[in-house]
Amino acid sequence: MLLFEKSREGRGCAILPECDVPVVLPQEKDARKQPLHMPALSEPELSRHYTELAHKTRGVNDGFYPLGSCTMKYNPRVNEQIAALEGFNQIHPLQPQGTVQGCMEVMALAEKYLCEITGMDHMTLQPAAGAHGELTGLLLMKAYHTSKGNTHKTKILVPDSAHGTNPASAAMAGYTVVSIPSGDDGCVDIEKLKEAAGDDIAGLMLTNPNTVGLFDKNIREITQIVHDCGGLCYYDGANLNAVMGIVRPGDMGFDIVHLNLHKTFSTPHGGGGPGAGPVGCKEELAQFLPSVLVEKDGDDLHFTKPEHSIGEMKSFYGNFLVVVKALTYILTLGREGIPQASSNAVLNANYMMNQLKDLYTMAYDDICMHEFVMSLADLKKDTGISAMDIAKGLLDNNIHPPTMYFPLIVEEALMVEPTETESRETLDEAVAVFRQLHAQAAADPEGLHHAPTKTPVTRLDEVGAARHPHLRYHFED
Amino acid sequence: MELKAELKYTKSHEWIAKDGDVATIGLTDYAQSELGDLVFVNLPEEGDEVTVGEAFGDVESVKAASDVYSPVTGTVSAVNEELLDAPESINEAPYDAWFIKVTDISEEEELLSAEEYEKFVEESEE
Amino acid sequence: MGSYIPNTGKEQLEMLKSMGYSSMDDLFAAIPDDMKLKDGLALPEGKSELEVSRIMKGIAAKNRVFSSIFRGAGAYNHYIPAVVSSVLSNESVQTAYTPYQAEISQGLLQSIFEYQTMICDLTGMDASNASVYDGAEAAAEGIAMCRDKKRNRALISAAVLPAALETVKTYCFGNEIELEIIPEKNGVTDLDYLKEHMDKSVACVYIQHPNYYGNLEDAEAIGEIVHESGAKYIMGVNPISLGVLKTPAEYGADIAVGEGQPLGLPMAFGGPYLGFMACREKMMRKLPGRIVGQTVDADGKTGYVLTLQAREQHIRREKASSNICSNQALCALAVGVYLAAMGNEGLEKAATQCMSKAHYLADQLTGAGFAVENKGDFFHEFVTVSSKDTDKVLAALEKENILGGQKLDDHRILWCCTEMNTKEDMDLLVRIVKEV
Repeated sequence: MLLFEKSREGRGCAILPECDVPVVLPQEKDARKQPLHMPALSEPELSRHYTELAHKTRGVNDGFYPLGSCTMKYNPRVNEQIAALEGFNQIHPLQPQGTVQGCMEVMALAEKYLCEITGMDHMTLQPAAGAHGELTGLLLMKAYHTSKGNTHKTKILVPDSAHGTNPASAAMAGYTVVSIPSGDDGCVDIEKLKEAAGDDIAGLMLTNPNTVGLFDKNIREITQIVHDCGGLCYYDGANLNAVMGIVRPGDMGFDIVHLNLHKTFSTPHGGGGPGAGPVGCKEELAQFLPSVLVEKDGDDLHFTKPEHSIGEMKSFYGNFLVVVKALTYILTLGREGIPQASSNAVLNANYMMNQLKDLYTMAYDDICMHEFVMSLADLKKDTGISAMDIAKGLLDNNIHPPTMYFPLIVEEALMVEPTETESRETLDEAVAVFRQLHAQAAADPEGLHHAPTKTPVTRLDEVGAARHPHLRYHFED
Repeated sequence: MELKAELKYTKSHEWIAKDGDVATIGLTDYAQSELGDLVFVNLPEEGDEVTVGEAFGDVESVKAASDVYSPVTGTVSAVNEELLDAPESINEAPYDAWFIKVTDISEEEELLSAEEYEKFVEESEE
Repeated sequence: MGSYIPNTGKEQLEMLKSMGYSSMDDLFAAIPDDMKLKDGLALPEGKSELEVSRIMKGIAAKNRVFSSIFRGAGAYNHYIPAVVSSVLSNESVQTAYTPYQAEISQGLLQSIFEYQTMICDLTGMDASNASVYDGAEAAAEGIAMCRDKKRNRALISAAVLPAALETVKTYCFGNEIELEIIPEKNGVTDLDYLKEHMDKSVACVYIQHPNYYGNLEDAEAIGEIVHESGAKYIMGVNPISLGVLKTPAEYGADIAVGEGQPLGLPMAFGGPYLGFMACREKMMRKLPGRIVGQTVDADGKTGYVLTLQAREQHIRREKASSNICSNQALCALAVGVYLAAMGNEGLEKAATQCMSKAHYLADQLTGAGFAVENKGDFFHEFVTVSSKDTDKVLAALEKENILGGQKLDDHRILWCCTEMNTKEDMDLLVRIVKEV
């Protein structure tokens, strides 16, 4: 039941005192006439409402969450505690710099450590999410080319296996997208790349390990080809959790990097956000960074605006509390813990893949990085059971399904990313469920078509929802 | 796959009916069945120019969006706005659910007959 | 030291051996050796929870928490009911991913549906998305929504939040929408200039109401001018003000956007905040980002799903209306809880107190050597001009642990009052600045 349906006139919470100065209201011409319909509920009812909603929501702590490309690792509790400190929480963003030295120290340390991890020289913390970081990075690229008079560079190379945000971001930056096909091994087709790499190329967007979970061993050649035609290389940090402390995008030849602090650096996803998408770059591009950078002047920290800054991507300095959580995480793991996180993420993914590959078809049967992709095309042909059906079957077994139908280059794809924060027992149990569902696909396909049955609702009518959108509750008056 | 002998077809799965100077364009039965349940259509406005081989609109299913291409160059003289409220009619009766009518036709791509289109679809399925 | 990795070294080795490997290095064979880091990362050693906690608390202690705040300019100090943080601390909600798997995400989806309803009700609009990054970015997304093949110009008032103006400029540098700034006259948008610069190439006009200086714009008249040329009218609004002020819909706007931070989110040195976006029904499919819709399940039971997804980047790729993917969902939940806890009465009270207190402080400052610049009605921000040096005024307040208004120049200050500022605090402020 919705809040509005529970609402009863006359109920409410006593939040604010009476006004202690003479009341001033807007003139008639500016006074609100439309009625307001905020719910009228007492605090006990309100509290219970949200507890009920929480019960119908599944977080990382509710069970295994192997959602590929999303890095659903455990979100440490201490991070939350630190971010809730008054000294971070109650700070106005426009306070005098002398009164926010702590916040600036957080920014300076985060920039320094994240640059070290990625092999970049400078980093802006302003972008609020991965896609926001992509747009920022592409605008850096555009500003760079504009400054060089490279107005003929109007195209961005994006592999066909890329996340949809890559081409969407390129379009928002005013670029035309050129899709580069993947080879049979799931990696960039070097010959095709060479053909496409002309004088009109502004840059390349790539994630490595790529979206099929493989490390592209030709990465140096790839970045070289792009540099040779005067383009810049952009690293989508979605998959950084595989290689932290082992290899750095900067050493692979990338010029610009975005990170997803809500993936790799353990900050919670919050049901879709807030995340943070810091963007790092090489020295030559730092003059174009948005927002401000923190500089040290003796013992004092102060803000500086990059000389040819692209401007602002949003208000203020980014999703600051998310940066606080990520910094807490980096300090906790430190120089040994960071690579350990990555190697265990890779270990867990390989361990699971190895126990499933006799039954399920792996899209690429090689050592994977932090995630692997299975193709259920054969299963579907044999039994009629699709990737979607297996996903829904997992819901009834208290496992969050892997990412479905991505990357687009793999038919009936399921993309599994266990992360390093899962124990061997959890992986073993999940493997058993996957195997049992495979058996059920042959024995009782009808049952799987109707899964899930143990969830608060069964499969929902998405077609009806999209044909006749019902996007808000309608009040009677 | 339902086909109508009196219609012409394109390799991008549109049907076209010519009546004097007016061309009526829609999506084939094969296209609608491949796309699945359609939930929305984006259409041009009356008076817009369409160009041969270029998209004039698109259709959306829950998980996909696909362009609809014009087999002719000309001016849009009518738009079937009923599709906006009832995209399901494309699934239900693809040859009645026309998208646009085009006049002042200056260019036209090579069109397929029902037989040729059927053959084309069968070959591309293999 | 901390790692959050359950498997012990011994277990890791067993797992490796079960696959025929002897060390972790075997798993990274695809990475060229000469590319790998030789000496590891130059980071400090890992630490225990207690050590990290000490360090971070030490850093937080270097920030000054003011006991009373009279600064707004884009971030506002409001009371946050206790129930908001209590709901947000729930681990299932906090750690969930985007609710693509609707069957196990009904709680989250319902909360977004409730949020969308509240935003529509506040703004008078028909449809809302599930949030974007913040108010400034919402302005930029709103402008991008209006562009079409025939209209590639956008006009923006100079009297908007500077960060919003800067963000819009940056986005327009990207998407190549021609942006023109409408100057301000007497602290409000110059209507004559606007009239002269409207034509059929203008896609939209963006104004902020109340504007950066707290002034109410002649919002209805602006709407009429904009619509005469067939352009779209976007209003950036302060959501608290909607407790007493006309809705953007009543003023004639096509799109309403704004900064959601005043609705239950802490100032937090600038983020995370939330951008809300709502519009009329005919523009619904141009809204960027995620949207939740109501539907039924296979048994006919009411449920909620992410809908109209074919607009979005994961389907439409380079043709998507926006690239937004992650949004500010948890902040949207906070807004929902905040508005539910406040109710109509609480929201009206907050709005009334903001306005009343700002007028009280403006009156008091007038008797203390300041003149109020605002010519017409203002909401909870206003500008004073004085012969006193701005830096000295603000320094005197800072000494008493009061964060004064935002400096506009050496003699002009932008003040802000909310329900948090008591009469005593305001009287104290006036006594202090009088002495300067």
